[in-house]
Amino acid sequence: MSGLRVLVGCKRVIDYAVKIRVRPDGLGVVTDGVKHSMNPFDENAIEEAVRLKQKKVVKEIVVASCGPAQSQETIRTALAMGADRGIHVELPAGTEADLQPLAVAKIFAKLVEKEKPDMVILGKQAIDDDANQTTQLLAGMLDWPQGTMASVVDVGDGNVTITREIDGGLEDISVSLPAVVSADLRLNEPRYATLPNIMKAKKKKIAKMNPGDLGVDIAPRLKVLNVVDPPVREAGEKVPDVSTLMDKLKEKGHL
Amino acid sequence: MMLHTVRRLVTPAMGRCASTLVLVEHDGSAVNPATLHTVSAAAKLGGPIHALVAGDSCQEAAAAAAKISGVEKVFVAEGDALKGQIAEAVSAVLLDVQAKNSYSHIFANGTVFGKNILPRIGAKLDVAPISDIIDIKSDSTFVRTIYAGNAIQTIESCDPVKVVTVRATAFEAAADEGGSASTEAVDIAVDNEKSKWLEAKLSKSDRPELASAKVVISGGRGLKNGENFEMLYNLADKMGAAVGASRAAVDAGYVPSDLQVGQTGKMVAPDLYIAVGISGAIQHLAGMKDSKTIVAINKDGEAPIFQVSDYGLVDDLFKAVPEMINSIE
Repeated sequence: MSGLRVLVGCKRVIDYAVKIRVRPDGLGVVTDGVKHSMNPFDENAIEEAVRLKQKKVVKEIVVASCGPAQSQETIRTALAMGADRGIHVELPAGTEADLQPLAVAKIFAKLVEKEKPDMVILGKQAIDDDANQTTQLLAGMLDWPQGTMASVVDVGDGNVTITREIDGGLEDISVSLPAVVSADLRLNEPRYATLPNIMKAKKKKIAKMNPGDLGVDIAPRLKVLNVVDPPVREAGEKVPDVSTLMDKLKEKGHL
Repeated sequence: MMLHTVRRLVTPAMGRCASTLVLVEHDGSAVNPATLHTVSAAAKLGGPIHALVAGDSCQEAAAAAAKISGVEKVFVAEGDALKGQIAEAVSAVLLDVQAKNSYSHIFANGTVFGKNILPRIGAKLDVAPISDIIDIKSDSTFVRTIYAGNAIQTIESCDPVKVVTVRATAFEAAADEGGSASTEAVDIAVDNEKSKWLEAKLSKSDRPELASAKVVISGGRGLKNGENFEMLYNLADKMGAAVGASRAAVDAGYVPSDLQVGQTGKMVAPDLYIAVGISGAIQHLAGMKDSKTIVAINKDGEAPIFQVSDYGLVDDLFKAVPEMINSIE
């Protein structure tokens, strides 16, 4: 094997630990001044590519992100983890919430045309929109096979064996390369970028472009009519012991 | 002559021309319960509901699908190419049925099965898929959760075909008897050299299925190891419950991944959810906060789970759970 080229996607999202707030205008959530990080599943995607490179299965990792100027930081994190070069598809500030998975997949389809990777690895879902679509969309567009919810990725000669986390347990599939894979959380444990690697990453190249340069129409197909808080679940009571708990449950007809 | 005009309240947005194709989830012989909820979601649109059952050996499942109340027609696609219901093959068949019938809506379960296949269809039809809806406002307006259920968004699709996955816990189940759909075999000229299903390693259990159980007992990191989950299994058996887990417990290897309840695992909404040794991270709550009654057992009185529990017991679970088991005959 002469070594594969892998294209990995990453997205800048509100950090998973942040308590999100719905915007007063009811059309989205507050993002200004809120901590953002790389989407956790995308960390798994990059980590897997880096491990494949360490095993000399992969020779080049290209990381791409679609987002505002700050997405560059997300790309730098990926470069610090071990990706070789980056692509920033830049969106005007404040428009990132309008970029929906169908458009992202179209952008990545164009990047695939340019970069000719053997494999694309994306995170299974973004923790903001919880869509879990981009890998499947991209695979459909390219007519490539897909391996979603991957918890094990085993690259062979011209193919990949993938263990998927499915509702009833696990399933193994084999797909020929080129393929699109989505990383699940248990695929690996992502490394922290060390300071020396962060410094080295500053020298790695990030190409910049916008969706128009790729000829992609990113207008959203789904119009957000409103965004509201979920129904509030109030805290109930504390019970002093098991027997009180069991009595309460009996009262409610659960036992 | 007095004319009594009856004003019938018609919701104009509910399509009298809507027609839905439901991709049925099944194991060859039985229809997955989540499909019943997806059918009932489709019923809200009005219009005919047809179903597609695809697989390498699925006559029994097709017969079961034909009995679902509300389903008028079942397409059956059976053949080796569909072994494992691999996405590339199923989507090819589904697109074929869509091309011949032009449904306005294509629905599937918001399960791993449905989520794996439907967006691929979306790409081929060049429409924006809509994931995991919890309500339908009109034939083009849907409600879904974002940010691990911490916000609810209402969206309107302007695409000509709506490709939608449905969260089962948000809709009633259609009756699995009473339907008498016609069945029609589908020609599956599928040319898929690119992917192959190898094998499944499914968890075998006599307990109720986690996604549809009326009672769920979940364990978290507080259980400390996989052996300790035994006592949850014992309690579950006494209560006729399913057993679930937090992501922390799965990551630590205490239980297999299909037990995971949460934002990126299963969404459950049982009558009773008992969270044992679970702190209540946002991502876990996303998967269970629609449960009717929530009980939490945790020795940390400040654990966030107590903010959503109806009954909270601050106690050592290794003491409390055996007590619960003993108190049930």
